[in-house]
Amino acid sequence: MWSLLQIELYKISKRPRTYIAFISIALIVFIFQGAFKVDPGYLNLLLQNVGDTFEVDKSKAINGYFMCYIILNTLLIQIPILVALVAGDAISGEANMGTLRLLLTKPISRHKIIGVKFIASVIYTIALLIFMAIMALFVSMLIFGVDDMLIFRAKGEESQILQITMDDVMWRYFLAFGYAAVALTVIAALALLLSVFAENSIGPIIATVCIVIVCTIISNMNVPIIDRTVKPFLFTSYLVGWKGFFYIATDADDVPIKGSIENWPAIRNSLLILLAHIGIFFGAAVYFFRRKDIMS
Amino acid sequence: MKLLLEVKELSKNFGTFEAVKNLSFTVNEGDVYGFLGQNGAGKSTSLRMLLKLIRPTEGEIYFFGKKILLDDNSMLKDTGAIIERPDVYKYLSAYDNLNLFAKLSGVKATRKLIMDQLEMVGLADRYSSKAKTFSQGMKQRLGIAIALVHQPKLIILDEPTNGLDPQGIADMRNLILRLSKEMGKTVIVSSHLLSEIELIANRMIIIHKGEKVVEGDVATLLDPAKTLVEIATTNNDQALASLANTQWASSLQQSKTSLRLRMNRADVPQIISHLQAANTQILSVQPRHSLEDYFLSLTKNDTHVEPFTN
Repeated sequence: MWSLLQIELYKISKRPRTYIAFISIALIVFIFQGAFKVDPGYLNLLLQNVGDTFEVDKSKAINGYFMCYIILNTLLIQIPILVALVAGDAISGEANMGTLRLLLTKPISRHKIIGVKFIASVIYTIALLIFMAIMALFVSMLIFGVDDMLIFRAKGEESQILQITMDDVMWRYFLAFGYAAVALTVIAALALLLSVFAENSIGPIIATVCIVIVCTIISNMNVPIIDRTVKPFLFTSYLVGWKGFFYIATDADDVPIKGSIENWPAIRNSLLILLAHIGIFFGAAVYFFRRKDIMS
Repeated sequence: MKLLLEVKELSKNFGTFEAVKNLSFTVNEGDVYGFLGQNGAGKSTSLRMLLKLIRPTEGEIYFFGKKILLDDNSMLKDTGAIIERPDVYKYLSAYDNLNLFAKLSGVKATRKLIMDQLEMVGLADRYSSKAKTFSQGMKQRLGIAIALVHQPKLIILDEPTNGLDPQGIADMRNLILRLSKEMGKTVIVSSHLLSEIELIANRMIIIHKGEKVVEGDVATLLDPAKTLVEIATTNNDQALASLANTQWASSLQQSKTSLRLRMNRADVPQIISHLQAANTQILSVQPRHSLEDYFLSLTKNDTHVEPFTN
């Protein structure tokens, strides 16, 4: 299995499209960092809604932790596309090249092949997130320094500013990236499943992106019947659950409690639902791949 | 001769379409086994079922007497294959491709082993070149090296001469003969270039519309006593009438330009004398001792395009 995984990772590493995602992330993060360094006006925009209620020291508000949060908020919506680029190509790309039939004439079971392709996709996803963490968190910390972190949160009709002390931030980021890895693994499993049915990689990549977009739109709808009957079952309803790690609990006097999370059960449930989606998508991919007639 | 592969009542349906119907055949160790059929006859589907690329609807496969179950890949340890095109990873070098597939085949891939294999197929000097720079023939040779790297007992080659130039076809023929004669491999080779099969196979099967038409030794199937003879005369109707009451009448067929009959080649002088005695002027007599004619005679009712005559 280890040898198979090494081969799969080697193949991924040799494909130019693998690096598109890393280059895209680096570019977007640099643009964000550069823009904020030159013109921190975005903070004023965020403060418009809450500025009357809170006193904010703007010079301290923009720091490495805050920057990473802003970047994650933007990028984690787009990253599924980048994950689909590799996971959606896993089986269909081989079918398109004609190497799938050569691969399957080797004495390796199909469930091992698809298992290894899934693990390789997960490793790729984690590598993307680690790269993102380095670029968005650590490079931002170097450029903007560190201080207490402010979170601007829309809660119902109200807006809220949460302040997390600088020594209470890092563990939240580690957990947030861990959560994001699970959320993006759902995308990888979905793309892999669609990849089983296709004989060129464009189809599953576009289909994955379309499904994510449609489900995200539904997840953002505010229609009571959809809230109750559809949203709880859509994985897109939980993709941004990583933010929960930054929603710090407060005491009766509205003072943040250091080391706390406002709603851990919600995060745990979200994780379980995402894991269930991974299980369903990957299980279906294995089921169909084992029965697939290789006609390419 | 030890039985290596036995296929019993193999069938494959795609929806309502029966691609392969109750196909049974046997391959002995050391055979070069020709798998013949027109395009769409079910050759590739049959070979893909042997290689577990396609799940049979029905039927059984025995390899060295052991029944191969649906999810049992053990047969593939002793099997090497090229199915249709020799597609490899274009963005990898010949060395990397072979190294990768050697590992996938469970072989400890040393540099010497890889280079020896590349040497055998004449690609040692291009070992570091990416496969995307290779010609079709070179890709085919790399495919052969990949199929052989784990020293399989059975080699399955589906249309291995497709897309090759005449030199490539000759090289492939020589390679198959070498695999059989020098290395003792069993080879199943399919082709619609029937003359190629005739030159290399000792046993063969002909399938048509997914069904077995005939199976046996090439030498027996091409028995000189059953040679197809084509006779062109100045008046074919008259020739047909003169042969109507002879020993050859039962296999006699008339086309627009000639008569065809299956007969012993030794009787050709006798039939010429007979026609001359009947005042029939003979334009040509051609013994058609080839698999192509044999094949066409077996599947004569399925001409897709009317023969061109002028």
